[in-house]
Amino acid sequence: MLTDPGLWEVLASVPDPEIPVISVVDLGIVRSVAPDKVTITPTYTGCPASHVIERDIRDALDAAGYRHVAIETVLSPAWTTDWITPEGRAKLAAYGIAPPTKGAVHCPQCGSVQTEEISRFGSTPCKSLWRCRDCAEPFDLFKCH
Amino acid sequence: MASLPPIDLPSAATGAGAFDTPAPSEGSALFEYLLRLGDDSLILGQRLSEWCGHAPSVEVDLSLANIALDLVGQATHFLNLAGEAEGKGRDDDALAFRRDVLDFRNCWLVEQPNGDFAQTMARQLLFSTWQKLLFRSLVGSSEPTIAAVAEKAVKEVTYHQELASEWVIRLGDGTEESRRRMQEGLDWMWRFVPELFEMDDLAAFMAEKGIGVDLPAIRDEYDRQIRDVIAEATLDLPPDQRPILGGRRGHHSEHLGHLLAAMQFLPRTYPDAVW
Repeated sequence: MLTDPGLWEVLASVPDPEIPVISVVDLGIVRSVAPDKVTITPTYTGCPASHVIERDIRDALDAAGYRHVAIETVLSPAWTTDWITPEGRAKLAAYGIAPPTKGAVHCPQCGSVQTEEISRFGSTPCKSLWRCRDCAEPFDLFKCH
Repeated sequence: MASLPPIDLPSAATGAGAFDTPAPSEGSALFEYLLRLGDDSLILGQRLSEWCGHAPSVEVDLSLANIALDLVGQATHFLNLAGEAEGKGRDDDALAFRRDVLDFRNCWLVEQPNGDFAQTMARQLLFSTWQKLLFRSLVGSSEPTIAAVAEKAVKEVTYHQELASEWVIRLGDGTEESRRRMQEGLDWMWRFVPELFEMDDLAAFMAEKGIGVDLPAIRDEYDRQIRDVIAEATLDLPPDQRPILGGRRGHHSEHLGHLLAAMQFLPRTYPDAVW
């Protein structure tokens, strides 16, 4: 039985509660979709949004007529920022959050690479706090994880 | 310094009850082992939360709250697994909020008061370095649920260790005042390190089963990493002190009861309250 493409559409309409410009699909936490089951994975162990995300997905599925579809949460393999989609990365940058990178960190405001870390821990577990030395704007970096 | 025998339980207290090491049977041993893992994370998470709104700077405030959040997240997973292993219908909330002090299985290090910021950072360095090595080993646990939690958490604990290391170095290699406080914090917390590597019957049984970790096997690496940070911080390695043991069998310092009073007051006063 083929997976209903409508299921993906429903999931793509569910925003991340803490960064509402990207969807749970953009974020890469939807691991697989089967006709009767959606498998998701938490970003961080202690992420308080995990429960909200599961509830939001449940509500969206129910509203779209997918009451029979179960939601399963799995931990392994552990989520990594590599699973954020290219669309998700673009949306983060447009929103003012530098997407995760293993190379130079670009200021999401002016594009400069003259940036520095202020604090390894930011407003949510997934972000660190940075500052642009050119335009002097502080910004969040989605931590490479 | 000549090594003194470890302080352990008075023999009268080992007869029965809360201080007992349970006879290792697979189910009860797994329950106990998961409590050890979960309680370490829960109690340190609660301790660090006490800094919220009081840290030296807003960045540090956020950092400590984030670390606390990671730890409470670990505890949620481990205590839920413990409840499943026990099979009596207890979940993470029941185990966190409706157990009394003698039933907690955390080590002494995590229940120690925060002291000043330097003392908190000393505790964090000593704990997070250990927890990272522990979780790295637990990724290979024959119990797949434990392996999955460890695999996920080890990435986060690496941040905790880095943050603590940076502060220990900054304070140790700082002003006269910061160095003095950092050294005192380290000297105080040092006595709780041997317990982290204690192999009692339960720990040995779990290691034998491939579920738990052979703690002495990660000791050299631990010592090396801690020594490197202490050296870079220009601090003195504290002398070995008389080890204090017993947390794994429910024998705790007086501090834990006070911590639990704050943590458990609301759910005990208003059981099953919701908002």
